[in-house]
Amino acid sequence: MTRQGKPLVELRDISIAFGGIKAVDHVTIDLHPGEVVGLLGHNGAGKSTLIKCLSGAYQMDSGAIYINGEKAEIRNPRDARRYNIETIYQTLALADNLDAASNLFLGRELVTPLGFVDDAQMEAETRKIMGRLNPNFRKFKEPVKALSGGQRQSVAIARAVYFNAKILIMDEPTAALGPHETQMVAELIEELKAQGLGIFLIEHDIHNVMKLCDRASVMKNGQLVGTVDVKQVTDEDILGMIILGKTPDRGMV
Amino acid sequence: MHTPAPQEAAPKRSLMQSLELDTRLLGMIGAFVVICLVFNLITDGRFLTARNIFNLAIQTVSVAIMATGMVFVIVTRHIDLSVGAVLAICSAVMGVLQVQLLPAYFGLGHPAIMPLTVLGGLVTGAVIGAFNGWLVGYQRIPAFIVTLGGLLIWRNVGWYLTDGQTLGPLDQTFRLFGGVEGTMGSAISWGLGALFSVLAVFALWRGRQAKIRHEFPVKPLWAEGAMMVIAVGAIMGLVAILNSYEIPIGRLKRQFEAAGETMPVGYVDYYGLPISVLLLILIAVAMTLIARRTRFGRYVFAAGGNPDAAELSGINTRMLTVKIFMLMGVLCAISAMVAQARLANHTNDIGTLDELRVIAAAVIGGTALAGGVGTIYGAVLGAIIMQSLQSGMAMVGVDAPFQNIVVGGVLVLAVWIDIQYRKRTGEKV
Ligand SMILES: Nc1ncnc2c1ncn2[C@@H]1O[C@H](COP(=O)(O)OP(=O)(O)O)[C@@H](O)[C@H]1O
Ligand SMILES: [Mg+2]
Repeated sequence: MTRQGKPLVELRDISIAFGGIKAVDHVTIDLHPGEVVGLLGHNGAGKSTLIKCLSGAYQMDSGAIYINGEKAEIRNPRDARRYNIETIYQTLALADNLDAASNLFLGRELVTPLGFVDDAQMEAETRKIMGRLNPNFRKFKEPVKALSGGQRQSVAIARAVYFNAKILIMDEPTAALGPHETQMVAELIEELKAQGLGIFLIEHDIHNVMKLCDRASVMKNGQLVGTVDVKQVTDEDILGMIILGKTPDRGMV
Repeated sequence: MHTPAPQEAAPKRSLMQSLELDTRLLGMIGAFVVICLVFNLITDGRFLTARNIFNLAIQTVSVAIMATGMVFVIVTRHIDLSVGAVLAICSAVMGVLQVQLLPAYFGLGHPAIMPLTVLGGLVTGAVIGAFNGWLVGYQRIPAFIVTLGGLLIWRNVGWYLTDGQTLGPLDQTFRLFGGVEGTMGSAISWGLGALFSVLAVFALWRGRQAKIRHEFPVKPLWAEGAMMVIAVGAIMGLVAILNSYEIPIGRLKRQFEAAGETMPVGYVDYYGLPISVLLLILIAVAMTLIARRTRFGRYVFAAGGNPDAAELSGINTRMLTVKIFMLMGVLCAISAMVAQARLANHTNDIGTLDELRVIAAAVIGGTALAGGVGTIYGAVLGAIIMQSLQSGMAMVGVDAPFQNIVVGGVLVLAVWIDIQYRKRTGEKV
C-alpha cells in the first residue's frame, strides 16, 4: 500500500460547533498520496462540515491541519487553493448564469497581455479538457444552468483536474447522477488516484465505497467512530459502524 | 392569406442567427423607435428634430451614467437607493469648491479650479460609495437599508455644507460638462465619429480573428460586414444629427463679442457632439469592457449568479461589494458634474428622485433584480427610453401627474414583458 511515509493531509482533533450543536467533535483523520479515503455516516453526521474546514469554507474552532507534515493555515478558499486543495461540493458550486469556461476558470481566469480576460483561450482549454473527461460535452456557449447534472458535475471535476489538484475533496459527487454518469466519475477517480492525488470521497453507496476507497472513516453525531482498511472488512462491518457506531473486530487502522 | 409561408419563416430565423443579434436589444430598440415615431406624429414632426434629439441626449446623460453603475449593483442582488442623494452631496462639495474655496485661494477663473473641483467631487463619491459597500459587504447590513439611510443622510449633509444656498455662478471651464455650453463643433464631431467607427470595425474584426485562431465557428463574412455597416451607420448617423443643429444667431453673436470680434454676415455654425454625451459614450464603453473583459466584471456576474459559488471559488465577495458601490459613487460624482453644469449652479434639490429613474432605467434595460443578469447598453437604452417618454409627453402637453403615471406603468410593463420573454426562452425568471 501507499500508506507509508508522511501523510499528505492530517486533520488533527478538529472541532467545530454551530450554536450548541457540535457538528464536528474532536475528529482526526489522514490521507496519503494516491489514496482514496471514504468519509461515511448518516446525514448530519458532520462529513461536509469536516471537509469544509479543509477547503476553507468554514473555520474550525480547534484542531490543526497538517499538509505534507507541515502545519497549514487555511482560513478561506483562497488559502486552500494555495495548498492545491480542490473541492467538488455537494451543492454544485457553479455560477448558473456563466458558461462552462467561465465557471472552470472562475477566480483564476486566463488573461491577455493587457489584463483582459481571454475568453477564447479559456474556451479552447475547456474544450481540450472536456474532450478528455467527457467527450460528449457540447454546450460550451450556454450558461451552465442549461446543463444536466452530469454535465455540470463534469465541469466541476474539470476545474479540479485542470488546476493540478494534489488533494481532491469530493462531497457526494454522484448523488445527482444517473448510472452511466456515475460510472464516468468512478473511472475518473481511479485515474486521478493512479496519478498520485489524495482523495477524500464522501459517498453513501456502500458498493462504490468498497470499490473505490482504500480506507473508510465513519462519523456519527460529529464524532469519529473509526477508520478501517476497506480490504479487510465487509459491507456489514461498515454498515454496523454507520448505523450502530460499533467498531468491527478487524481491519481498524 | 393569413397562413405564413413556411419557406419564408426559415430563412428569417437563419438571418437572425447569422447576425447573432441579441433579441432583447432588438426589442428595446424597436420600442424606442415606436415611441419616437408616435411622438413625432403627434407633434407634427417636432419630436425628431435635431434640436429635440440634442436636448434629449443632454438630458439623458446624468441618469444614464449612473444607470451603468446600477447594473453592477443590481446584478449582485443589491440595490442603491442613495444615488440621487450622493449626487447631491457631490454637487454640494463641487459647488463649495469652485464657487467659494478655490476662487478665494487661486482667484476667480484660475485654470486649476476645474480639475481640483472635479477631483473633490470624485473623491467624495468614491469615499461615500466605498463606505456604503463596506457596510453592505463587511457589516452585512442589507443594501436596501444602508442606502435608504444614505438617501436621507447625504443630501442633507450637503445642505449643511452649503447652508441650503444655491451656489453659482460656476467656473467657466467646468460649465463645459453641461451640454449646450460645451459642444465640440461639427469638425471635431465628424472626426470623433470616424474614430469610433474605425474602433468599432476593428473590435468586430479582432473578435473574429480570435475565434478563427481557436478554430471556433464564425459568422459568415456578409453578416460580419452587415454588423460593421450597422455600427458605423449608427455612430455616423448620431453625429450627423447633432451636427445639423444650428447654434442660434443670438448665441453666436454673443460668442463673437466675448472674443472681441464681430460676426461675419451669413455666418452659421453647428453644435455637434456635446462633451457630456461623449462622456456618457466613453463611460458606457468602459463599463461594457469592465463587465465583459475584466476579472472584476466576471466576478460581479458570478457573485450575482451564485454568491456561494463565487466565495468558494476564492473570490473575495466582500471586497467585491465595496468596489461595486465605490464605482457607483464615482459615477454619481460624474453625473453630479454633468447635472450641475447643465443647470449652471448647485441647488439643494439637484438629483431628487434620480434613484428611481436610475433603477428604472437599469430594470427597463433588462437587469434582473434576482441578480446575475444585466447589460450596460440595456441600461443606457432604458435611460434614453424613459427620457424620451418624459420629454415627448411634456412636448405634447401631458400633465405632469399623468407623465408619472405613464412612466410608472411602463416600468412595470417592461419587467412583465421581460419575464414573459425569459419564460419563453426557458431562462430562470
Ligand atoms: N452553516 C451551518 N450552520 C448551522 N449548522 C450547520 C451548518 N453547517 C452544518 N450544520 C450542522 O452541522 C451538522 C452536520 O452537518 P453536515 O456536515 O452537513 O452533515 P453531513 O454532510 O454529514 O450530512 C448538522 O447538524 C447541520 O445541521
Ligand atoms: Mg453533506
